[in-house]
Amino acid sequence: MPENMRRREFIKILGAGMGGALVGTSFLKGFTPPEGLNASELLKNSTIKKTATYCEICFWKCAGWVYEKDGQPWKIVGNPDDPSSNGRFCPRGTGGLGAYTDPDRLKTPLIRTEERGKQVFREATWDEAFDYIADKMKMISEKWGPECIALFTHGSGGDYFKNLLKAYGSNNIAAPSYAQCRGPREEAYVLTFGEGVDSPERTDLLNSKCIVLIGSHIGENMHNGQVQEFSEAVANGASVITVDPRFSTAASKSKYWLPIKPATDTALLLAWIHVIIEEELYDKEYVEKYTYGFDLLKESVSQNTPEWAYPITTIKPHIIRETAREMGKHVPATIIHPGRHVTWYGDDTQRVRAGAILNALLGSWGRRGGFFVPAKAHLAKYPMPKFPDSHKDWRQAYPGKYPLASLALASGICDATIPTPERDCSFKGWFVYGTNLIQTLPQPEKTIEAIQALELLVVIDILPSEITGWADVILPECTYLERYDDVRVSPARIPTVALRAPAFEPQFNTKPASWMAKELSKRLGLEQYFAWETFEEYLDYQFKSVGTSLEEMKQIGVKKLESDHPIYFLNGEDYEFSTPTGKIELYSTTLAEHGFDPVPKYTAHPEPPEGFYRLLYGRAPMHTFGRTTNNPLLADLMDENEVWVNPKVANKWGLHHQQYVILENQDGKRSNKIRVKVTERIRHDAVYMVHGFGHTQSKMRRSYMKGADDTQLISRVDLDPIMGGTGMRGNFVTFKTEAV
Amino acid sequence: MRYAMAIDTRRCVGCSDCVVACQTENKVPVGYCRDWIVEEMSGKYPLLSLEIRSERCNHCADAPCVRSCPTSASHYEDGGIVMVTHEECIGCKACIASCPYDARFVHPEGYVDKCTFCLHRVKDGLKPACVSVCPTHAMIFGDLDDANSEISKILQSRTHKSLIPEAGTKPHVFYLL
Repeated sequence: MPENMRRREFIKILGAGMGGALVGTSFLKGFTPPEGLNASELLKNSTIKKTATYCEICFWKCAGWVYEKDGQPWKIVGNPDDPSSNGRFCPRGTGGLGAYTDPDRLKTPLIRTEERGKQVFREATWDEAFDYIADKMKMISEKWGPECIALFTHGSGGDYFKNLLKAYGSNNIAAPSYAQCRGPREEAYVLTFGEGVDSPERTDLLNSKCIVLIGSHIGENMHNGQVQEFSEAVANGASVITVDPRFSTAASKSKYWLPIKPATDTALLLAWIHVIIEEELYDKEYVEKYTYGFDLLKESVSQNTPEWAYPITTIKPHIIRETAREMGKHVPATIIHPGRHVTWYGDDTQRVRAGAILNALLGSWGRRGGFFVPAKAHLAKYPMPKFPDSHKDWRQAYPGKYPLASLALASGICDATIPTPERDCSFKGWFVYGTNLIQTLPQPEKTIEAIQALELLVVIDILPSEITGWADVILPECTYLERYDDVRVSPARIPTVALRAPAFEPQFNTKPASWMAKELSKRLGLEQYFAWETFEEYLDYQFKSVGTSLEEMKQIGVKKLESDHPIYFLNGEDYEFSTPTGKIELYSTTLAEHGFDPVPKYTAHPEPPEGFYRLLYGRAPMHTFGRTTNNPLLADLMDENEVWVNPKVANKWGLHHQQYVILENQDGKRSNKIRVKVTERIRHDAVYMVHGFGHTQSKMRRSYMKGADDTQLISRVDLDPIMGGTGMRGNFVTFKTEAV
Repeated sequence: MRYAMAIDTRRCVGCSDCVVACQTENKVPVGYCRDWIVEEMSGKYPLLSLEIRSERCNHCADAPCVRSCPTSASHYEDGGIVMVTHEECIGCKACIASCPYDARFVHPEGYVDKCTFCLHRVKDGLKPACVSVCPTHAMIFGDLDDANSEISKILQSRTHKSLIPEAGTKPHVFYLL
């Protein structure tokens, strides 16, 4: 417990030098409340101001209130009318003030003065920065075409740069949240049900009687509303079945923990499908009425018995049957959670589809305790001209590949930036908004190779993250607490709109992304795409289209709207699904058409060589990857990550709890030093760490070289042939203890 | 009136939100905390169990910190909340040494600090900041003297424990199992 250590150390320091009594009185001068005045009355004499916001510390975007006391930032709390948070923020949102107070923030525009990556910049005015960027954009457009500029984006402010790029003539807009995270899941659900799961997920955990987690560490990923519902379900006695090589927090709340051998999940899912069909545990009426291809599915999984799956997964046949029966018992209030970060082994669309098929058999899609039908507010779009046609896009770099990718691949654009003789045009310019590509994309040396081939790299960020070090121009954005942003319209059981208004003036010489994009548009002759006079006017226009106004939203923060449909399917009603057959496709006609397995099949993946362990990574509840590890409030809760090692493995290598090691992967890539956590909570064939640590950027002083970065160890990538997702769990590491 | 807190170990996911909420509500300096998370694992792979607890001052009815304080800075408020009057504290740390829960620390301004059950909020009819923020509704705060309070009812219906009962301090933070 580090805080106790600090306490003890403090006692020691006091004891060594000065008398406690002296310190006690002399330090108290600043805090002498008048006689008889208690804390409550103190508060009543304060001036309290509150401002509506929605959080940007992660992408759940919970709505809340920012409090100021006597002109000083005080606290952030949830808005009770918000279905994403129900009035309760998660630790990251509660600690959001740390993003504002972080002394390491970017403070003024910077222009590179020496070669890329040397991190030598000069301070610039906004005009200089914009002129520099606009000149380069014009040059690229003339020489190679506007499509040769791409945008990588993650976060609210990226929308204005999307607008700018589309107006400029490029549709190459990619979010790593697709090909590096939940893309395969979205495609698998679209293939099966004709719709994706979206974010926040449409899971009805609150009403679930049986929750199956396979690749989801709810509670360690702090997706607020979902964690709340999970805990409520657990408190209400829901059966939880957790499949995880690690005894996760969720596993500790489960009726069954299945410590599966990593990389074999599809075999377990197929065995479950087999049992559910064989023992007729599925929802017959639902399957009959809404699904396509049951007999083809049955035939396809006929050999996938629990006995077949046992040596593959190490899960005993009777446990596979027992858990399948548990699922069947609670039909349709059983949910196979769709997961979120699903880019593991390159057959991820197929694996997630196996889970989707299970959900279809159990009749959980559109049913209470399964998946609800989400509602979303529809706002009138602020008037602007049509975007110009874009003639080329990233797909031309990959003829015939990834046919079912519905969004641009961040990894694909990165690879297509490295010039090759066979490609006539490579990307020449990147805008990077709010995503630290060095830690986000696998194979960081490839990302750097691509960057070195660019004519222009503009990075818009709040912190001097690693990617800023490679930029030509850095545009410092103010935090979400210092700016307006677009209306939040998250999907949920009821549609809502939420406002983000500035609680504080922007610190330093930082600006909102909306302002930056508009200023750039003026220099490119594209100001008609940013036609609002003030951002308030832009917001008010949209709010008025749903019967409210900016004025009202400032008072209430969140407004609940009427939904035009029930949240569950009506009994016996006919529904048409957006699939080629109009049915829920157990057998995917789209996959068949493209030459992929129409029903998922198990494929074996490489196993760790002797002395190596599969590298697994995940999340901690108080951090959002690398974007919060420098936040003073959140770093105080967890300032470095640990590598989880089973005691047997630790014994073999002579590793002690809390000692530092270096991890080396199968290709000789090495990590920064990381502490060992010797724990029974992980299998003997894998190690685990939280992603987002091990920053190599010294300008982020609190997080610099604290812990290790798993991305540095992800040199092997298994691409999903269906949609181009980058499978990153095929890397194996060993321990290096010398010279740590 | 007898204030107490119950923490549901089944609901708690150990996210530390209670810690940050307390730090911002009470302006606890970075590097210090009045509440914290403990994860206690037992068993051998694969038969494991994990108890997650949010811990803080137990506001004991027989508090050794109050007894050991030479200036009476540590004292009981109405409802049994143990408080430290900052300006009466001489920073001698006798209370820190006597507390079995390690719940106290020396604030950089020189006085001893710890959880107050957010007395300033409770006086206004609010719950402590940690209870209000807890995303999983794992914390219950209330009056044990009121038989109809949520906390009285849940302590009657659920198995619970307190920490280090053998210290005999009559702690008033309970853990629902």
